[in-house]
Amino acid sequence: MSFGEIAYPAARFAGRATGVLPRFRLDRLQPLLPYLLPVLVVIVWQAAASFGLIATRLMPAPVDVVRAFWDRTVSGELAADVEASTIRAVSGLIVGGSIGFALGLINGLSKISYGLTDTTLQMVRTVPHLALIPLVILWFGIGEPAKLFLTAFGVFFPIYLNTLHGVRTVDPQLIEMGRIYGMNRWTLFRRVIFPGALPSIFVGLRFALGIMWLTLIVAETMAASTGIGQMANNAREFMQTDVVVLALVIYALLGKLADVIARLLERATLQWHPAYQRAGKE
Amino acid sequence: MPLANDAPRAGTFSSGAAIDTLKDAAQGLGHAGGVALHLHGLEKSFGPTRVLRGIDLDIAPGEFVAIVGKSGCGKSTLLRLLAGLDQPDAGEIRFADAGGGPVQPNKRIVFQEPRLLPWAKVVDNVAVGLGEGRRARAAAEGALEAVQLADKADQWPARLSGGQRQRVALARALVSRPDFLALDEPLGALDALTRITMQALVERIWREQGFTAVFVTHDVAEAVALADRVVVLDAGRIVLDLPIELERPRGRASAEAGRYEQRLLDAILG
Repeated sequence: MSFGEIAYPAARFAGRATGVLPRFRLDRLQPLLPYLLPVLVVIVWQAAASFGLIATRLMPAPVDVVRAFWDRTVSGELAADVEASTIRAVSGLIVGGSIGFALGLINGLSKISYGLTDTTLQMVRTVPHLALIPLVILWFGIGEPAKLFLTAFGVFFPIYLNTLHGVRTVDPQLIEMGRIYGMNRWTLFRRVIFPGALPSIFVGLRFALGIMWLTLIVAETMAASTGIGQMANNAREFMQTDVVVLALVIYALLGKLADVIARLLERATLQWHPAYQRAGKE
Repeated sequence: MPLANDAPRAGTFSSGAAIDTLKDAAQGLGHAGGVALHLHGLEKSFGPTRVLRGIDLDIAPGEFVAIVGKSGCGKSTLLRLLAGLDQPDAGEIRFADAGGGPVQPNKRIVFQEPRLLPWAKVVDNVAVGLGEGRRARAAAEGALEAVQLADKADQWPARLSGGQRQRVALARALVSRPDFLALDEPLGALDALTRITMQALVERIWREQGFTAVFVTHDVAEAVALADRVVVLDAGRIVLDLPIELERPRGRASAEAGRYEQRLLDAILG
């Protein structure tokens, strides 16, 4: 987006200097430009591996990673691992996210609840949630409840904080308007406060998604019998670097996928927001 | 005698026959009528600052009163009291019907900012006070037509210009057929040309619907162009209560209007 804004005048300048063709080609290639560098890196990486410049024992060639992907997809192992990880991630998000969302709303709307709980929550927030791992293992063992607890705990804070912030910063003039126009408390919440807080809630959600994957990776590497973290850990024991890198790629793709879904949700619900309106509809 | 039914307001407001003829014509088109307003000894302080120091004012049903004054003179505070947004520290505000009996008026207020919900389409913004449903939407579309924005019904407010947004806010206030409308510098943020068209629009709708209007402004020319009566506030007191006896529709920049403006400015600047 920002690249397009910068590049456009340059392209126009080029078109004026050397005729119509260069401008046309530059505009056509522009969407591909961001992918140029990653593709180049993969090519160089593959070449370096093929010519023996990199020890494949430490860093596999891209082709090996693709082959590992293919083997595990065909055998069905990959799907099972991705499924296990996704279920863990989503359940952690649902549990931690809904508690954070609910508390954020309540504390945003009620001074009593805010006074009672916010300071405590802010104190707990300063503890890095991964530092709780030893305690969590003592409490829950190394099974699924421990992973759920850690993920939910990590996801809770960004959603809580941003929901709270969103509710508290809704334009008071709009709330006054709603009261004058006879909205009751529920209508006021549904039509003024919640939509006003939504952009901030989405910011929280996207932060939470990042934390969700991070926590899951650590939790799955800790101990698990299924999941991508477990797949990477097993592969390490057998020196299967290709599978280790595959696990990294899968994590990256899942993270990206979650972000894309959040963006689509944002686009669908924030159509009114000038930042989400398509340009050129003027 | 055709003017006999206007008797209750003859005491406070003497207008030209032309205005009353127009008003009678408007009454035939579903004229809602306004309420009378009686303020007595109104006081309001914020901390140690006494913003209003004993306001006495009587407003006739359907009258258009403008309140002018320097910033900080208490005019917006007075309007907020009238609209019921704040409570006075002392004194009383009484609404009465044409016969003088007490009534619970249908009050609406238009602010300086349009205060539209950015996440609701224009038509839904207008229907905010009506609830949801098909009838509310139909009424809202009617009100949008009255402010000449029927074609913008399904737009987001962010797509409208400042003047258009304020027209939506006006439609939102009018759609519930108020009998008292408070306007708090509604045109203050608009450019000069948009203001003039908006003034004509406000006047036209007021004449059609016949509500009682209290219009706060810092623009003396605007007050003279619109109001039956201009009240000048200074330091929380009424220092001048001036009936504007100009025929409607009023031309701009007439010599008579200029004399009224001069009198008002003298009173404001003391």
